[in-house]
Amino acid sequence: MTMTQTSKIEKKNGMATRDAYGKALAELGAKNPKIIVIDGDLSKSTKTCFFGEKFPERFFNFGIGEANMIGAASGLAANGFIPVCSSFACFIMCKGYDQMRMAMAYSEMNVKVISSHGGISVGEDGVSQQSIEDFALAVSMPKFVVLNPADEFSTRALVFQSVDQHVGPVYMRTGRPAAPIIYDANQKFEMGKGIKLRDGKDVTIVATGLLVWEALVAHEQLKEKGISASVVDIHTLKPLDQDLIIREAKATGAVVTAEEHSNYGGLGSLVAETLTKHFPVPQEYVAVQDTYAESGKPAELLIKYGLTSKEIVQAAEKVTKRKRL
Amino acid sequence: MKKLGIREIEEKALLMRREIIRMIHKAQSGHPGSSLSATDILAALFFNEMKHDPKNPSWEDRDRFIFSKGHGVPALYAALALNGYLPVSELMTLRQINSRLQGHPDRRVLPGVEASTGSLGQGLSIGVGHALASRLLHKKFRTYVMLGDGECNEGQVWEAAMFASFHKLDGLSAILDYNKFQLDNSVKVVLDMHPMEEKWRAFGWAVMEINGHNMGEILAAFEWARNVKGSPQMIVAHTVKGKGVSFMEHNNHFHGVPPTDSEFKAAMAELGEPLGHPEEMKK
Ligand SMILES: Cc1ncc(C[n+]2csc(CCOP(=O)(O)OP(=O)(O)O)c2C)c(N)n1
Repeated sequence: MTMTQTSKIEKKNGMATRDAYGKALAELGAKNPKIIVIDGDLSKSTKTCFFGEKFPERFFNFGIGEANMIGAASGLAANGFIPVCSSFACFIMCKGYDQMRMAMAYSEMNVKVISSHGGISVGEDGVSQQSIEDFALAVSMPKFVVLNPADEFSTRALVFQSVDQHVGPVYMRTGRPAAPIIYDANQKFEMGKGIKLRDGKDVTIVATGLLVWEALVAHEQLKEKGISASVVDIHTLKPLDQDLIIREAKATGAVVTAEEHSNYGGLGSLVAETLTKHFPVPQEYVAVQDTYAESGKPAELLIKYGLTSKEIVQAAEKVTKRKRL
Repeated sequence: MKKLGIREIEEKALLMRREIIRMIHKAQSGHPGSSLSATDILAALFFNEMKHDPKNPSWEDRDRFIFSKGHGVPALYAALALNGYLPVSELMTLRQINSRLQGHPDRRVLPGVEASTGSLGQGLSIGVGHALASRLLHKKFRTYVMLGDGECNEGQVWEAAMFASFHKLDGLSAILDYNKFQLDNSVKVVLDMHPMEEKWRAFGWAVMEINGHNMGEILAAFEWARNVKGSPQMIVAHTVKGKGVSFMEHNNHFHGVPPTDSEFKAAMAELGEPLGHPEEMKK
């Protein structure tokens, strides 16, 4: 393959991960009669409306009351149901936090919280509807599994696993805009296991969600600069696939993390914690740098707040220079 | 500010409606229905009821307005622009990157915006804080909070309500934009809180019900509120979501969906305005 061929990868947008979630949930509803879906007056946006249309007797619109949703879900779970609660990431995580802590994490209840509108790619609605804190809040609760799928295929698989098979509290974030396709229908996904998408020897890009696509683009751009970058998709932030990250650190000796989240408390922090404990290597963080974003088109916001392949490439160049010889 | 009379305020409200439709159409994003139902009340507040000074937005004796149902913010931007807080032409930057006109109110960037809202349920508490401050500072400023009916689902609204009456915060007036719709559907389908008036009364508030599009009733309600002693006041304003544009009225499609080009033309024709922004057309 020539350079020009490898420098281009074709972007194909698939469904938004929230749409993939809504469809998977409606499918799962037919398979598992224990599933009860709870929404907070946002079912057309979170896409739980698909489930609601098919199973109205197992769908409850709680109105604008996120704390109540989580508490009620806990009571339902105590009776053997599998409640799935949805709203925007910021509202459900922030307003339902004490209830998640007490009635889900501490109580070890089998409740699933699956949000939409994660990150800043929410767009024009602005800061009040965006979410850059949800990973940090979710991962800090004992027992929680925390998921952030990148495309429609990973979303579908992880909804099935986390709702139908896994027993215990789950938080999953989905997004508003159409998500570039990363996988195909044959790909196997396992909660807690990262996926190596590209091989490389100079640096490892560890990405999650929408940034997985940007990492693949960065891989091509770095290749042209003579830097060989491996790319890993971490769809499960907790439990983190430590083995994979340690293996990568040993193989490449440098890590860039990339996420649509605050630079504090998300993927970058989790990876750093693993590295410092097991195999310290230099790391750079592509994330929202301790600020709130604003209103704007999703693509414009990703550029302005530094969440594109460009910043990943810069971080990779910087981190490879920081490697100890 | 000079207090306008009923006729003049109604004219301002019409201008506000044109600006609301224009800016949401330009942005191709925003909440027309939610803005239009609140328009007449905001016009009454900003052109008559409230003490405020566009030249000195942080004047410490100003009355406070907290737009708790922040997604209706185009109505607030229109009221602020027509008062001279910002150029009317700037309204066309709504929701664009680098604009001061954020999708929901942002108190950091636009003078005149009292509170950052958009996560529903928080504004009445902020209003409680202002009303307490007015008392502690021995000031006379009053605090006005506009709530949505769906928003009243939130428990925090009722935490604020019970605190405000317990502490006899008579400097606090809330206005309920009671348009009977929330996001997913009508309140009857999602979570009906009827009887709203009795709930607020039970929480210790003085309550008055009005037609939220009748300027005479709106002004009279504010006068009533100012004269209530010993308790906060709730003005339950029966409104029509999308008021002023026939095909948006009672049509929750326009909760959060902007008008298309042809809907824009139809709406502006109803509001009696040539298309395009007057200032832009001069160029
Ligand atoms: C805490 C929270 N949950 C959900 C939303 C999403 N949301 C935006 S507007 C809206 C409906 C609001 O209804 P209402 O208060 O009746 O206002 P209306 O638009 O009908 O005037 C919802 C659920 C939000 N902004 N905040």
